[in-house]
Amino acid sequence: MSKKSFNVQFKEEWCKACGICIMMCPAGVLAANIDSKAMVVAEDKCIGCLACELHCPDFCFYVKEKGENDK
Amino acid sequence: MTNNTINKIRLVQGNEACALGAIKAGATFYSGYPITPSTEVAEHIANKFPRIGRHFIQMEDEIASIGAAIGASTVGHKAFTATSGPGFSLMQELIGYAAIAEIPVVIINVMRAGPSTGLPTMPAAGDVQQARWGTHGDHSIIAISPNSVMETYYETINAFNLAEQYRTPVLLMMDEKVGHLRERFEEDEANEPVIMYRPAPKEGEKFVPYANVECGVPHILPLGKGERYHITGLTHGETGFYTAQPKAVSKFVGRLSDKIELNVDKIAKIEENYTDDAEVLVLSYGSSARSAHEAVKTLREQGHKVGMVRLITLWPFHDAKIAALCEGKKAVIVPEMNLGQMAREVQRVAKGVPVLPMCRVDGDLMTPDEIIAKVKEVL
Amino acid sequence: MRPVYEKYFRDNIPHIWCAGCGNGIVMSAFARAIEKLGYDQDDVMVVSGIGCSSRMTTYIDFNTLHTAHGRALAFATGAKLSEPRLKMFVIMGAGDAAAIGGNHFIHSCRRNIDITAIIINNAIYGMTGGQYSPLTPTGKKATTAPYGNIDRAFDIVELSRGAGATYVARGDIYHAAQLTNQIVDAANHKGFSVLEVVSTCPISYGRYNKMPKPTDMMQYIKDNTVSVQKAATMTADELKDKIIIGEHFKIENVPEYTEEHNKLVAEVKKDYLEKLKGGAK
Repeated sequence: MSKKSFNVQFKEEWCKACGICIMMCPAGVLAANIDSKAMVVAEDKCIGCLACELHCPDFCFYVKEKGENDK
Repeated sequence: MTNNTINKIRLVQGNEACALGAIKAGATFYSGYPITPSTEVAEHIANKFPRIGRHFIQMEDEIASIGAAIGASTVGHKAFTATSGPGFSLMQELIGYAAIAEIPVVIINVMRAGPSTGLPTMPAAGDVQQARWGTHGDHSIIAISPNSVMETYYETINAFNLAEQYRTPVLLMMDEKVGHLRERFEEDEANEPVIMYRPAPKEGEKFVPYANVECGVPHILPLGKGERYHITGLTHGETGFYTAQPKAVSKFVGRLSDKIELNVDKIAKIEENYTDDAEVLVLSYGSSARSAHEAVKTLREQGHKVGMVRLITLWPFHDAKIAALCEGKKAVIVPEMNLGQMAREVQRVAKGVPVLPMCRVDGDLMTPDEIIAKVKEVL
Repeated sequence: MRPVYEKYFRDNIPHIWCAGCGNGIVMSAFARAIEKLGYDQDDVMVVSGIGCSSRMTTYIDFNTLHTAHGRALAFATGAKLSEPRLKMFVIMGAGDAAAIGGNHFIHSCRRNIDITAIIINNAIYGMTGGQYSPLTPTGKKATTAPYGNIDRAFDIVELSRGAGATYVARGDIYHAAQLTNQIVDAANHKGFSVLEVVSTCPISYGRYNKMPKPTDMMQYIKDNTVSVQKAATMTADELKDKIIIGEHFKIENVPEYTEEHNKLVAEVKKDYLEKLKGGAK
């Protein structure tokens, strides 16, 4: 059985370092960088729950399932 | 007279004439809150609007009333409300909103004696300066003072036309006497009034809702009809979005005032009688002007060189014209039902000419005899 | 490639809201809801008052009307009554809906006019720097309640219900996925729908009340929200200070204002035209 994998697009220039996405992510995909802004550290762990996308107050995230075309 | 002719002549109350004028002007939305002595306007509209498929709603207060009218105007309807002093005071904030957002709306104020609750059933003209400056911030305004039933009808139509043409709130300042008196109502069928609509963009023209155009009034489209844009009470740039950039703000605030002030020639209606060789001028408006006219007529019959100037438009005040009319006169007497609110404007422009306020604030009308006596003092 | 609902955003993002402000989460949920509802953008009108939440109308690509403090519902009523085809949304903060706008709020409930009112409740007046609002809980601090708020707070759900609203729900920014569906449900209800969204202001409310980080406030909401269903099984003591979320109240088939108005106008117009025809003989 193949596990779904996801693209986590993150727009750093819009990030205000609120930390909500890091708190909400259940899979450890995100972490804070030296400026407290978020960064994607483990995209392969993403389970596509969309918690980051739904909770980012600044619309920084776009989580998309990797299609065959993207391989 | 045939039956047809008889049916066309009616005895109509000022407030009803106002409602009829609004209908003729194409008003399709009324929202209001009852207040003496304007309530009849609402009642006539509540009665007549549904018959012709138009919208009447009684709101919960005057602020909601003006708010709803402006809301209806943003989606393309000619909207209005009617009130008196206490309600007029409540409406000031949103009158300013309509001014800055350039939304056509008509506000009828059937003036009563104030301040506060005052004398609800008595006439006064105590809201004249409030009409000009009631809302905060720099803005211009159009205010009209009809003094007969037929004039109320035609000036209500004119109020709607000006609101549309200049994308501005327009105030129709009646007083209780004009609102409640009944006179012969007969439309001038030979002169059908022209009904005007807010300027729309021309075919192929890019839509910029707050463009700082040469003529002062940018074109506009209703919300909800295919062009999505933003309307706000914040100071804004040409696209309608907030700006605090000094150059843009300065240009915008300037245009807002100029579009009315610089068009005073086109907007201001001033009636002159017996002014050619007048030595003394009587300048008035509203109900007081009816007594003033009678007084001046009598004085002329007695051989006195007295002239009559009646302001039909209170604001914008025609500085140049009034200054010219006052020039060289022995005195200018200003009978009004307040403590000299318009007299101070005349004083401002009539350089060197004595301007004598004639104030009546007791709820009663100025009489022709009083005015005659005052004029004779200076002749 | 960006998410499909971003077609509802204007090109003036990033927005002015602070780090961790709930308004952005609500805006995102709103855009998703419109996508789900399938409305044409030209048919959607969004009216707002004054305050941080009311700035939302700047950023969303619909027919937007940013009015005066507390008066959004009055403007929306005028627009909706005269153009009932418009899908009318009103975005308000606490002051807009429950303080200065209180009168318009209760009358809109009473009229049952088909408007969806989204009240973003962050329990503070954020735009003006953090004063208390009629939705600030007793005892909390604010710039105008430096020793603690002695006021009692409104329960928007009860206020709406008492005033006659026919759909009342409460959501929050932690349960963001649910929020999108709640907006859809509120919009689909014909009549005056009230959706209170419990949100956060970490900069003012958070800092004055020992929750300075956006994540602190998010945690607070997570820990203190309880669903309507769960709440039904809890005691009054257990429910103290809890925020009950979900659909609280819905009555269908209550006469809706614009429909009643149009029915009346149609009848009166018909009678009048018949009378005129009869009189012309």
